[in-house]
Amino acid sequence: MVSFQYVVKDEQGIHARPAGLLVKAIAGLSSKVTIKKGEKAANGKMILAVMSLSVKCGEEITVEVEGDNAEADAATVKTFLEENL
Amino acid sequence: MKRLEGKVVFSGIAIGKISIMKKENQSVRRWKVDDIEAEKARVDEAKEQAIGELKKLYEKAVQEVGESGAAIFEVHQMMLEDEGYLESIDNIIETESVNAEYAVASTADNFAAMFSAMEDEYMSARAADIKDISERVIRVLMGKGESGLDGNEPVIVVAEDLAPSETVQLDKSKVLAFVTKYGSSNSHTAILARTMNIPALINVGYDEGIDGKMGIVDGKEGILIVEPNEEVLERYRAAKEEELKKKEMLKELKGKPTVTKSGREMKLYANIGSISDVATVLQNDAGGIGLFRSEFVYLEKSDYPTEEEQFQIYKQVAQNMAGKKVIIRTLDIGADKQVDYFNMDKEENPAMGYRAIRICLDRTDIFKTQLRALFRASAYGKISIMYPMIISVKEVKQIKAIVAEIKAGLDREGIPYGEVEQGIMIETPAAAMISDLLAKEVDFFSIGTNDLTQYTLAIDRQNAKLDNIYDSHHEAVLRMIQMVVDNAHKEGIWAGICGELGADMTLTEKFVKMGVDELSVSPTFILPIRKIIREME
Repeated sequence: MVSFQYVVKDEQGIHARPAGLLVKAIAGLSSKVTIKKGEKAANGKMILAVMSLSVKCGEEITVEVEGDNAEADAATVKTFLEENL
Repeated sequence: MKRLEGKVVFSGIAIGKISIMKKENQSVRRWKVDDIEAEKARVDEAKEQAIGELKKLYEKAVQEVGESGAAIFEVHQMMLEDEGYLESIDNIIETESVNAEYAVASTADNFAAMFSAMEDEYMSARAADIKDISERVIRVLMGKGESGLDGNEPVIVVAEDLAPSETVQLDKSKVLAFVTKYGSSNSHTAILARTMNIPALINVGYDEGIDGKMGIVDGKEGILIVEPNEEVLERYRAAKEEELKKKEMLKELKGKPTVTKSGREMKLYANIGSISDVATVLQNDAGGIGLFRSEFVYLEKSDYPTEEEQFQIYKQVAQNMAGKKVIIRTLDIGADKQVDYFNMDKEENPAMGYRAIRICLDRTDIFKTQLRALFRASAYGKISIMYPMIISVKEVKQIKAIVAEIKAGLDREGIPYGEVEQGIMIETPAAAMISDLLAKEVDFFSIGTNDLTQYTLAIDRQNAKLDNIYDSHHEAVLRMIQMVVDNAHKEGIWAGICGELGADMTLTEKFVKMGVDELSVSPTFILPIRKIIREME
């Protein structure tokens, strides 16, 4: 498993539209991606779960990536986050 | 005749029959099913059809309100494909042996409750999305068609609230206006009304009895008049006629460049005093905002606005103007504009007193907060900054030193900012006289004719006794404008006019000939002035 932390910089946090884009980006990966905020965890491929984390600007999330392609997939998610959120 | 008050989200006048859009009563019945798999298959099929509908709505919305306004329908599609949502439905069918409609409805309730409970206002609003998509699936399951307007006559659409999917579904040629009981000024309905250029009111308390009756939407006063009498009707018909004429002009001139027959292009921008004016600016097709009076940010508060508060406002204006120039004037209080919490002394002669840039260069903490907010916002659009009441090169140099400090601070913190043009107001005779020197220091000039006239003629504009000698076309003022424009051009910068004189249509032709590069006027003057310029040689 590969994991990394990320602090959300988007003013509005991970709200509906960015959540949609994020889930779309993760859905295309073969790995299992879990997004955690504090004690709450969400399957990265499920938009409602990701939205229900209610991640706001300045909050830290932990992304865990499991699977054969974990390294590369984690890098993809990280790049996406940096560019969009 | 009845008058119902509400809040305006878009102005205009509409006269026609009222049609209340009732949500179809989708009371969902619960019954036992034997074939669980068949029930799950029904959900799957209904979901696919609903997604197909949403795809079409998305495309329609892109045409009507643009991509960012349409994005919600893409999110809706994803919600419908959410595994958690679908699993919950399947799970209810399996464990309770119930019908698909019931399973979808209870899943919707569960998820909506979860979102409603969130403290984050934006997220709690997502509960409505869940309900909206679920209602769609239930409707498909029940074999009903999409709701919409019946009849062929265009109507005033009245509803409790309109979900994005409902407004987009409507046949727009049959909508004269939107009136809702709930909703917000930033709702999808508001965006749509703006794009369609039709009046819209929210917060209107109505009863079902008004359905089918004659109505007038006054999108200026914010009222819905039900069953108007003949006199009122006549008055609104005339106003509507006037509005139509304006709209014709709008159509004719909107999107056209402000250019003379011989090909000289003029920048025609708008003056605004509040963020709510931006809609009118766009509606009147201004090339940008030539004067955004930032005072209101301060006047509306009971204490100094924070950097973050200011940043949000400037950013919103920049984003709404989508790449068009937004010239924001830094704080210009003092004289006739007083703010309590600044605790300023009473002055004998405030017009010549402690005001505008003089306050900013003295109380630099206030100035720096505003500048930081402005520079941060410049990453989100094309922001220019303009400084008021300049009388010397020294002041400009002081400002530049502070700006350099602000930029260095942002660089250190890794906060992005855009390229910001910086200019000054020419509103004192001193600035006009040394405009050759000032032109070497700044990127543009904007002439504030109100103060320039008052200072040049030594006439207090508040003094009614002097009205008969106050001459806004005074040769002294016009010569000064000419001088400022010439000095600007010598240094390769542009010069505009943002005072009231800029909107004086008897002078438009003269200004163009004088070489003025930009006129910034009230939004409603944009098109009439564009018309004059397009008709001159």
